[in-house]
Amino acid sequence: MRWATRAGVHIDRAACAWLIRRFIDPQAEFAFVTDPAGIPAGATAFDIRGADLSHHGPDCSFETILRRYELTDPVLWRIAQIVHEADLDDQRFDAPEAAGLDVALRGLSMVCADDRVLELTGPLFDGLYEYCKRATLLGREPA
Amino acid sequence: MDQYGGRGGPGPWMLLCYRVPREPSAPRIAIWRKLKRLGVAQLGDGLVGLPADARTQEQLEWVAEEVTEAGGSAGVWLARPASLAQERELAAAMAAARAAEYAAVAAQAAAARDAGEAARAAALRRLRAELRRITRRDYFPPAEREQARAAVEALAGPDDIGGDAVPGRRATVAARSDGAGEQR
Repeated sequence: MRWATRAGVHIDRAACAWLIRRFIDPQAEFAFVTDPAGIPAGATAFDIRGADLSHHGPDCSFETILRRYELTDPVLWRIAQIVHEADLDDQRFDAPEAAGLDVALRGLSMVCADDRVLELTGPLFDGLYEYCKRATLLGREPA
Repeated sequence: MDQYGGRGGPGPWMLLCYRVPREPSAPRIAIWRKLKRLGVAQLGDGLVGLPADARTQEQLEWVAEEVTEAGGSAGVWLARPASLAQERELAAAMAAARAAEYAAVAAQAAAARDAGEAARAAALRRLRAELRRITRRDYFPPAEREQARAAVEALAGPDDIGGDAVPGRRATVAARSDGAGEQR
C-alpha cells in the first residue's frame, strides 16, 4: 500500500511511519510531498493538512492513527504520550523523554533525507517500544 | 547588526487568517490557547502571524485545521511586509510580549531565592521548564531572556542545591552569567 505525508520528517511523521510499517502495513511505501495537491493517487495521506490521519482536537497524528486503526496496545499509547509531548509540548502528559527525542529527530532531519530518516528511526522506535514494554511490565525503569 | 536580523529587506511571514464561531466557546478557547502558546503576532482581528519556516507553517496549518473542524474558516498565507519598518514593528511587539514573560519568570526566581531548599529546587525545575517553553516561541530574543535565565540558574547556586555532585557546575553557571553580562 502507498502512503504519503508531508516532506521534512520530524517526530510525529517518523513515529507514524514506524507505526504503519510495524502494526498496520508491513509493505508500506512512503511518498513525501510539500503540498497536499502532490499526494499520489491511491495513497493514504497522514500528518498533512486535509488528511483524516492527522491532528484532531488535542491529538497528534500518531494518536489519531492509533484511534482509527483501533490499536489498544498500552505500550503504543505510552509511546503516543511521548510523541505527543515531543510534537506539541502542551504538558498534556508527563513525558520527560520527549524533549530529547525531539531534538534527536530534528537534528537527524537536518542531515538526512526523509527516507533515510525513516530507515534510521525504525530501529530507534523498535527500541523505544521494547523499553516502554519492559517498563510497563516492571513498573519501573528497566535496566 | 540589529536584533531583528541583518538581512536587507523584510523576511517572509506565515499568516493565519481565521474566523471561529463564538459558540460553542470551548473550541474557540482551545484555539486561542494554542495560538498564545505559539507566540503569534496579532496583526488584526482574526489575523495572526509568525516568521515563516517549515515549522511555523506546519504549526499554523494545524491550527487552521482545528478552526475548520470547529465550524470556522481559515487560510494560511505566505506574506512579506511591504516595509522594513512594518516588520520591525511586528518584531518589536513580539519581543515585548516575550520580555514580559521573561520578566515574570525572573521575578518568580527572585522570590524563590530565599525560600527553603526544597522550595528552591522545585522552583528551579518549574522555572527552567517555563523558560524552555517561552524560548520556543521567542523569535526576537529581548535582553530579558538572559536576565531571566541568569535569575533561574542562580537558584542552582552558589550556595548550591545538590550542585556539588556535578563538578564544574558552579563555574558553568558563573560563566553563563558573565556571558550574559557581556552581551549588553
